[in-house]
Amino acid sequence: MLSKRIIACLDVRDGCVVKGVNFEGLRNAGDPAELAIRYNHEGIDEVVILDVTATIEKRKALADTIHSVAQHIFLPLCVGGGIRDEQHVEAAIEAGADKVSLNTAAVTHPELITTLARRYGSQAIIVAIDAKRYDDRFQIYVRSGQESTERDAIEWAAEAADRGAGEILLTSIDRDGTKRGFDCPLTAAVSEAVSIPVIASGGAGTFDHFVDVFTIGKADAALAASIFHYSEHAVADLKTHLDHAGIPVRR
Amino acid sequence: MIALIDYGAGNLTSVRKALTYLGAAHVTPTTPKELEACLGVIVPGVGNFQATEALAGVWTAAIRRAVRYSVPLLGICLGLQWLFDGSDEAPSLAGLGAMPGTCALMTDSGKGTDGSAPLKVPHVGWNSLHLTRSSWLLEGVGEGDQVYFTHSFAAPVTADCVASTGYGVEFASVVERNHIAGVQFHPEKSGDVGLVILGNFLARVGAHATSQ
Repeated sequence: MLSKRIIACLDVRDGCVVKGVNFEGLRNAGDPAELAIRYNHEGIDEVVILDVTATIEKRKALADTIHSVAQHIFLPLCVGGGIRDEQHVEAAIEAGADKVSLNTAAVTHPELITTLARRYGSQAIIVAIDAKRYDDRFQIYVRSGQESTERDAIEWAAEAADRGAGEILLTSIDRDGTKRGFDCPLTAAVSEAVSIPVIASGGAGTFDHFVDVFTIGKADAALAASIFHYSEHAVADLKTHLDHAGIPVRR
Repeated sequence: MIALIDYGAGNLTSVRKALTYLGAAHVTPTTPKELEACLGVIVPGVGNFQATEALAGVWTAAIRRAVRYSVPLLGICLGLQWLFDGSDEAPSLAGLGAMPGTCALMTDSGKGTDGSAPLKVPHVGWNSLHLTRSSWLLEGVGEGDQVYFTHSFAAPVTADCVASTGYGVEFASVVERNHIAGVQFHPEKSGDVGLVILGNFLARVGAHATSQ
């Protein structure tokens, strides 16, 4: 049976993990490779490196970060943040990324999804959607959640899948950073609208939030950052919790 | 020396990294002739079966020749599918034909019968191996061990199947015939289990090299 995936997100700036890292015993708490190795030992299923600087002059630092993480862990590795064109994708993949996630660029240049899917295969192309609730519908935001668009998140997810995206990384702006739980209605609506996997993001605060997003939210995978920093065994403990709740996970 | 065949179907960086990590010398041959000096061949690849068109002709002939000399061959993902007669994804193309059978789109045989949500295709993520018979490639791999898949087409369960995986239907996730083997998943992305499998292939290559 296919397992539900648990994905750790590393927010990286200038080669260092920038938020929520308070592990004891790390030589350098901000070293992405060291953190990724630790998550790998704990049983994480996948790692996302999110470049939160994403300026042109910092691209070299990002490539070095990808390379150092990819050398040490043999798990799927996705890179996102500021990827705007084919050159950025090529640099990330050459450095060792298996997948890239596109957000703003996918909205402004949707044909890029198809171009990249043809070149690297759909499995390598994730479309990241930042969605915010307005009454009964969800609007998408771009430029790190700073700029609203008139686009409907569910329609956009379906279009992205049609254009060749291999997965959807869906973040609830309303829930992100709140620890109040994933937005299950949003996740379920997108998951039902597309035939590709949906990764839920934003709001993880307790292990039960993951249970909810895999059942009520119909997510295929769930991504979080800070919750995995709470203790040395958070990933393993989360998987035990999910297993007891009857959710298939890799042990 | 392991030959890693680059026919433009996906990125080889992670396979290279894994081989380097395991201490294996590897090369990406630019001409089929270079295969003659190699003691193991890996055909990786992701994406559409159509991409294997680039292997037709001289490359296929060179790989066949290596196989005739008992050089261990490992197909990964699309590379496994290519070991078979062909695939419904590109019916006009022939595979290597080392194993009988045709790969087909994964369909959801159980859809709707129990009211559950339809299965998503592609099949992406970690799924378990059901070991069906003894295998050199799976030495040290346990029943139920999980590996990372990302694919839409799959090979049928035949006599060459040494491990199967269930996703709507049961498909061949590992195949083996003498020194020819294939894995539908990505061992280079499957954590420790994947490294054990790649290590077994390298051990087979080492044994073949010693026998020369």
